[in-house]
Amino acid sequence: MKFLCISCDTVMDFVERQIPGDGTLAAVFECGSCNKEVAMLTNPMETQLVSSMGVKIGGREVPAQPMELSRTSMEGGKEEVFEVPESGLPEHQGHPLSVTWTPEAVGRLDNVPSFVRGMVKRIYTDWAQQNGISEMNPVIMDRARTELGLEGM
Amino acid sequence: MRKIRTYQDVSHSTESELLEQVIEQQERLADRLSPIKCLVAIASGKGGVGKSAITANLAVGLASRGFKVGATDADLNGPSLGRMLNVSGATLGDSADGVAPAKSPTGVSVMSMELLQSEADAPLQWREPSLGGFIWQSSLETGVLREFLGDVAWGDLDVLLIDVPPGTDKIKRLLEILPSLDLMLLVTTPSETTRFVVAKSIRLAQEARIENIGLVENMESHVCPSCGHVSKLFGTEANEEELPYGTVSLWGSIPFDPRLGASTDEGRPLISTDPTAAVSIALQALVERVSEHINGGAQ
Repeated sequence: MKFLCISCDTVMDFVERQIPGDGTLAAVFECGSCNKEVAMLTNPMETQLVSSMGVKIGGREVPAQPMELSRTSMEGGKEEVFEVPESGLPEHQGHPLSVTWTPEAVGRLDNVPSFVRGMVKRIYTDWAQQNGISEMNPVIMDRARTELGLEGM
Repeated sequence: MRKIRTYQDVSHSTESELLEQVIEQQERLADRLSPIKCLVAIASGKGGVGKSAITANLAVGLASRGFKVGATDADLNGPSLGRMLNVSGATLGDSADGVAPAKSPTGVSVMSMELLQSEADAPLQWREPSLGGFIWQSSLETGVLREFLGDVAWGDLDVLLIDVPPGTDKIKRLLEILPSLDLMLLVTTPSETTRFVVAKSIRLAQEARIENIGLVENMESHVCPSCGHVSKLFGTEANEEELPYGTVSLWGSIPFDPRLGASTDEGRPLISTDPTAAVSIALQALVERVSEHINGGAQ
């Protein structure tokens, strides 16, 4: 998918993606020559068509997680089928920074269906480590969610 | 009319990165499968011919010979391999490297949609917009199958068996996502209708340049448990030269035995529970042939 600014005959660059949570999606592209911006708005069916490929417009903020498409797309996934490590932290061999989860953050994570909980926990922890953050609390979770585009997580 | 450059005219990337992500998916799948010595698809094109029962018994037979065996259930909408290999209710280890498969009592690593569903009798459903499922569902299910193959920590298996659902389109989808396939076993029966459909699958596999294709004729005869009389289950006996299978060789010929389905459905593949039954002996012959193939022997 490419957007062409006809006036400038210039291919527009991807700027940002917004997911309002109603199944629609907005992707903003900008012409590098005249700075004109356009937004591509997709309806829920079109959004689903793209997400069913397991890809994200504009690229990924976090690497694809194992069985991410299955976990995020299935209705009626079995609770507790994925074993979340007892320590409350996913394995991160070789990473020097350990991340401690406050009880409030753990409580918020408990609200996430266990079908995707391990995956979500890993995404938050990876983000914290990459940003040099050693404690995960609800405020940090909010920040991570915004930066990572983890709507609904 | 204005001259607008076409997609192909434009070499500049928009950073939407869709193509790059698809390529990355393919690379991840290839990396995951590369340590596996032999990839075998068990397919037919036709339903109800015993693909899953043969897959389960083949898996158990190979595992009992010391092979490291994995089995993935590509039938997302009608999964049965989990039950047949007795892993229903198993949990799956979750790590950044991949999801650990369930381990059957016979030592087979298993992945099946059945393991992920909360209710055994519930149809597979996706979180979906109210309209247009026909547009994206095939794409989504192909993606999920890719995850069943590429996101499961299979390790260095000797063989990964893939139980392919009915429909020649399902075979085609599988071949499109797999980087390579070592062997395709096509399960047929002496029914005229099945032969007709399996012939299509053979052609599809040949056009996809699958080097090793073998036929497994299931329910080829019935042995009376009382008197030992051998009879044909289907009234469409044909001379070998009349069969629509071309030069594809017969890898197995499995007699009908109601215990095969019953025992396997209960999670106790007959090949291990009654190894002296005629059907188990026939299955062992198939196991032998596949073992030779894994070891790089006779094709």
